[in-house]
Amino acid sequence: MGSYMVKRIGIAVPLLIMISFLTFVLINLSPLDPAVVVLQAQDIPEVTEELIAQTNEKLGFNQPFMIRYLHWAASCLQLDFGVSYVTGESVWLTIAPAFLNTLKLTLVSSVFIIVMSILLGVACAMREGKMMDKSVRGIAFFLTAIPSYWLASIMIWYFSVHLDLLPTSGMDSYRSYILPVIVLTISYAGIYFRTVRSSMLNQINEDYVLYGRASGLSEKKITMHILRNSLQVAISIFAMAIPIILGSTVVIENVFAWPGLGRLSVKAILSRDFPIIQAYVLIVAVAFVFFNTISDIINAAMNPKLRKDL
Amino acid sequence: MNLLEVENLCIWDAGTNETIVHNSSFHVKQGSCLAIVGESGSGKSVTCRSLMRLNKAWIRQSGDIRFKGEDVNLLSAKEMRKKRGKELCMIMQNGMRAFDPSCVVGVHCKETLGAHFDWSKSEMEAKMKRAMESVMLKDPISLLNKYPHQMSGGMLQRMMIALALVFTPDLIIADEPTTALDTISQYEVIEQLLLLRENMGTSMIFISHDLGVVRKIADDVLVMKDGEIIERGPINMVFTEAQHEYTQYLVSTRRALSHHFKKLIGEEL
Repeated sequence: MGSYMVKRIGIAVPLLIMISFLTFVLINLSPLDPAVVVLQAQDIPEVTEELIAQTNEKLGFNQPFMIRYLHWAASCLQLDFGVSYVTGESVWLTIAPAFLNTLKLTLVSSVFIIVMSILLGVACAMREGKMMDKSVRGIAFFLTAIPSYWLASIMIWYFSVHLDLLPTSGMDSYRSYILPVIVLTISYAGIYFRTVRSSMLNQINEDYVLYGRASGLSEKKITMHILRNSLQVAISIFAMAIPIILGSTVVIENVFAWPGLGRLSVKAILSRDFPIIQAYVLIVAVAFVFFNTISDIINAAMNPKLRKDL
Repeated sequence: MNLLEVENLCIWDAGTNETIVHNSSFHVKQGSCLAIVGESGSGKSVTCRSLMRLNKAWIRQSGDIRFKGEDVNLLSAKEMRKKRGKELCMIMQNGMRAFDPSCVVGVHCKETLGAHFDWSKSEMEAKMKRAMESVMLKDPISLLNKYPHQMSGGMLQRMMIALALVFTPDLIIADEPTTALDTISQYEVIEQLLLLRENMGTSMIFISHDLGVVRKIADDVLVMKDGEIIERGPINMVFTEAQHEYTQYLVSTRRALSHHFKKLIGEEL
């Protein structure tokens, strides 16, 4: 198991290098001249050739591409993502608190999403084709089909404005979490519980379940075995769900005015604040690699057969 | 005395209303081995699972199944569970898939034995060890700590036989226990099953479509086709004076195959 972990983490390293390179290339493919963007962002009234040349010199834009990449990559390793073109502040200091806020929302939601998905998935699989299974699937289908910004607005109107129970927006106390977490849970648990349900159903028809029953094991024990094996699929999906939510809270953050990464990135894109966009893309990509690695390691711990595949 | 008496057993799919087994009646004498032969889909496995009430929820059954004089259909779920393993023991076709792939095989042994007996851990281990040694599984303790994928199909099959040895059930249902194995493992497993019968006098239902294996182990044979029993009788009678043309066909195919095989061997020598 130890050697598997080392190998698996080893694989993540070249992946991270590739990601950082691609991020840098993609941002640099933008047709805009970064020097012009910087000058415009600083409200310089007249952008002259001379000013552009000066800025290029000052910020190192005129150096060869690979040199610029290596400089950027080296400073990223020290969590130095440069300074914002717009505010002139450190990107790390701007993005870190926003990232933390989004991470909090994501993790809290993920816990609810995972718990709900497993509970509903197991309950439905155990009663396949019965009333409960059908109605839960029907309701979940209906709820996931609702666009989350609409659901969020309706909830704000009902719970915050009409009943005045919860804050409409912001991130002041634990009460601020309730509505966004509910909306996120509804949109994601409705999808993921189906995965749990179908992988449970796949396992129910396996021979080991029949043999367990034929040997007189209790239904409780058998369910634990089924769950253990079907969770392996679910764990990979849940682990990937966390970065997916992390990267797609834009809508929810805007509706609930959540001071997070999603809102920050939209603002950065609109004002063409390249360093922030670059850092944002990199952080989300690193989150994917991180959670993917974690899920592989958990799966290998649960299923020794997987350890041999590396 | 008959250990198991089955009368007018009907099995059907409640979803499609399709009858899987028509009105079959048979019995297993104390200490004897009944083979059920037939092609896949003929209803052999479903019949055996119905004896343990292990078919899927939508597969329904009617008729009398008397095991040691008790009607199996009337038992509560809990009483039925107590009988499974301890009195009615199943040996599955594919050993590779019969154990939970993410647990070591010892976990299954511990859980199933724990479900029926109040043995301490060391007692369990000692009994398992003895049983495993008697089915020629070497180094039992380390085997118990292996995952199914680290063992061969034949080993896992013998593992199931070892468990049956510990349980000493009244009836063993072996559902094609040799089909998934290569010839050498087949031979070993059959040897173990024969020994098991010899030593414990256990009755057995042996499902197979391999007439050669059946001839070695069984006392009586049922031939099933499309959910019906078309031929029954002592083993030698079925082989020599089969009444139904399907049985005759099965026996003659078997002869032709072995004839061909002998010819091949003869020519090579």
